[in-house]
This record gives sequence, structure tokens and C-alpha cells, in this order.
Amino acid sequence: MVNVEDYVARIEGTCGEEKDVIVIFKYDKKDEVIARILKKAKTKRSISTIIFELTYDDVSFRLYGTGKAIFRSIKDKDELQRILSDLLL
Amino acid sequence: MLDPYKIREDFPILKRKINDYPLIYFDNAATSQKPKQVIEAIKNFYENHNANVHRAVHTLSQEASELYENAHEEIAKFISANGMEEIIFVRGTTEAINLVAYAWGLHNLTKDDEVIVSLMEHHSNIVPWEILSKINGFKIKYAEVNDDGTLNYEKLESIISKKTKIVCISHVSNFSGVINDVKKLAKIAHENNALTLIDGAQSVPHLSINIKDLDADFLAFSGHKMLGPTGIGVLYGKQEILKDMEPFQGGGEMIREVSFNQATKRCSITWNDLPWKFEAGTPNISGGVGLMEAVKYLKKIGMENVKTHECQLTEYALRRMQEQRNIAIYGPKDVSAKCGIIPFNVKGLSSHDVALFLDNYGIMIRSGYHCTQPLHQIFKLTSSARASFYIYNTREEVDRFIEVLKEIEQV
Repeated sequence: MVNVEDYVARIEGTCGEEKDVIVIFKYDKKDEVIARILKKAKTKRSISTIIFELTYDDVSFRLYGTGKAIFRSIKDKDELQRILSDLLL
Repeated sequence: MLDPYKIREDFPILKRKINDYPLIYFDNAATSQKPKQVIEAIKNFYENHNANVHRAVHTLSQEASELYENAHEEIAKFISANGMEEIIFVRGTTEAINLVAYAWGLHNLTKDDEVIVSLMEHHSNIVPWEILSKINGFKIKYAEVNDDGTLNYEKLESIISKKTKIVCISHVSNFSGVINDVKKLAKIAHENNALTLIDGAQSVPHLSINIKDLDADFLAFSGHKMLGPTGIGVLYGKQEILKDMEPFQGGGEMIREVSFNQATKRCSITWNDLPWKFEAGTPNISGGVGLMEAVKYLKKIGMENVKTHECQLTEYALRRMQEQRNIAIYGPKDVSAKCGIIPFNVKGLSSHDVALFLDNYGIMIRSGYHCTQPLHQIFKLTSSARASFYIYNTREEVDRFIEVLKEIEQV
């Protein structure tokens, strides 16, 4: 059975007052991850294939073509896990 | 003059591509890249000389001991110390500062004493003193920073007193690159019978250091920021102070003798000579060998050339960055007062977005607090992006960096 861990390489809390969360997806799966996320999240705007500014379930985040995403205002780990599950599975 | 293009040939990692773009490494204040000479020296140690140091009679141990001692001597010469007795190998700057806090501070600071720390310090020169003050009860006084990120010397002089026992200041700020006048600070401290601990993490890799001229009592720095491997750093201490200090950690190597006394049913211990008294356990021998090679590499280039190159590159980068409307740069812009570190933000974007965007193009910078949260509070910043340069960075890399920064304006 496929789960979130199959797509996620690392999750890093950013250093700074913002307390953003950076999700680094597995490099070999980044294209699949981007395609899956773009299908489910709402695209506010995009710049070529470099950055996608997205929202999902009132959470805004930026997805980068390198397979990294920065999530803002995430309440806790559980919320992040739920959103990643929704977006990826 | 330093030729960065020739130097680059010695750094295998700089041939890498990230996301199909040539790697541009501007995160040198966090750690430097390693030349093949350092990598080879470590490899050669493990392939040909690996053994534990000291107190063995076999050939390999003698070779390893000689290399490890030579590494201490080489570092002593690099900073113009009196000899290897004043050079203690530690894991890095953080451990060096903790060593001073616990081996000197724990035994010499009381509730009536004061310690001065500046607000521009890296957390590693704040946290050990805050922890220790909870144990010993001494007071910490923070030296203020001016609006441009420079140290306020007048205010510092106004808070120093006969109660002050040690002044702990960074030589170069890891946030703004500001160079502090540590010679002046040492003089002020000594006039008040206080010691000085200088955090040299951002100065020793970039400036020519003569510790006798600076007259600081302690100097802490890391090998990995100056082309050496991670896990090796240095605490310089004046011999007469180190001699009187208690050991930091106990174990093998740091003792001369441990004898069991039948009458007291206890062991009596005598300490080893300097610097080994402060190097408990099997040390990071290959790290020392790698650091020695890094120092030889820097000496060959010449530290004055290192400084000149970084000044020129920083001046160029600052000029180009100031041409951009949406970039805010912090700290002084006069390169004669700073090292090659540029903290900045792009208006409307978080520093992490800037770092992620640059990463797309193979450009590595740091984002966040850079372990200087109090200084960010002074600048009223939630975080910042930081570009930092070293000997292998070029003007073309700065041009590319600016090009990508211009693209960020679209975001």
C-alpha cells in the first residue's frame, strides 16, 4: 500500500519567526508528486514550471519544480500529515 | 592576487550541477567546501597512517601522533600563538566556548560577578553563559548593537566594571559580517581585569590573525568553515590561563596518572600537559590532519589575498544588489568594515522562499535566523536570507545570482 512516506524525503521546520514547514519530496518521485498535487490543490498562480502558488483546504503553500514545498500556517504535524495524505494518495 | 578560477579546480564539488545548473555555493558562513588536498590528506591518513595517538610504541602510532602534533603546531603558527600548548582541538567553535564556560567559568564565576556578551552573538556564545549563570548565579550584561549592526563600544564601556570577569564577543558577525575591534575590546577588558573570549568562527577563515597582537585570552574557531573537515575546531587560550584551569572532560589522554590510594580508597589524578589536559579520549585525529592541510592551503594563498578577494566580491555584490528595487540589505555597506557576508530580504517574500527559488537555479544560500535571533529582533526581522562568499566564488557567480534575484521580482 502506498503511503505519504513513499513520496516524502524530509520535513524541515524553518528557522525564523514564520514557523513555516518545508517538505522535500523524494527526487525520483518529484514529477509524480507535482502532478498529483496540481490535480488536487487550487492553483492561485504559477511561474512557468518553477513555482506554483497553491491552496488546499484553506492552507496556502508554494510548490517548487525542484520537488520542494513550503507550507504556511500549519497548525501541527497532524494537520500537515492530513494535507499531504489528501494531496498525494 | 588570488585567482578564484584556478582555485576552483581544487574543489571537486564545484563541478556539480544542481537541478541542471552549475552549483553556485554562497553558504560559506555556514560551512566551506573542501579542496582535494584536504580530502586527499584525510584519505592518506586512513590508508597509510591510521592508529591511535600517544602512549604506543609501534610505528603507526608514532606516525599518527606526529601528524596530530604537527597539526597543533601548524594552527599555532597560523594564528601566531606561542606554540601547540595553547592550541586545544575540539569539535568546533561551540565546544570551544562551552569548554571555556565549564572549565574556566564554572570555577571562577560567582553570584557577584558579571559576564558581558554582545547582542550580535551567535547563539553558541549566548546559550552556554545563560546555562552557566543559572548554576553559578552570575549576571549577564548584554552589549548593545547600533542600528547599522555595529557594536556600540561606548555602551559596552559603560557596562564594564570591576565586577566583569569575562567579555565574550564575536570577531566577525555571522549575520552582517561586521568586523569588531577585538584588540580594543581586549584592552578595555584587561583594564578592568576581565578576560576576553573571541568567537573567531567567521574571522579566522577570512582574515589574517595575530593572536598576540589582538591580545585576546581565548579564541574559538571551527575547521569546517576554513576548508577543513567537520568535527574539528580550535580553542586557543593563553598558556598561563589554561595551566590554571580545571579540565573540561575526564578520561584517557587528559591524565598523566591515575593511582588508587589504599588508605583513602580513592583514585588520585594528575593532569597531562597542555594541550592534552583538555583533549579527553581518542581525539579526532584525521580531522586534525585535514585541518592542518586546510591551513597550509590558506597560507599558500595568503590571508591578505583571501581578504582582498572577498572584499572585492562583496563590494561588487552589494553594488549590484542595491540596484534592485525590492531588495533590502542589512548591516553596514562599507566593505572595509566587514567580511563577505550579505544579509538581505526580498520585499514581500519570506527568506525561505528566496532560498528555495535560488535553489531552483543551483544557487545555495541560507535563510532563517542564522542562530542570531536577538540580532533579528533588533533589526525587527522575522528571518533573513544570507549570501556569504569565499575564495572560490567569482564575479560571474554574483552576476548569475543577481539575474535570478531579478526573476524573483515576478513572484
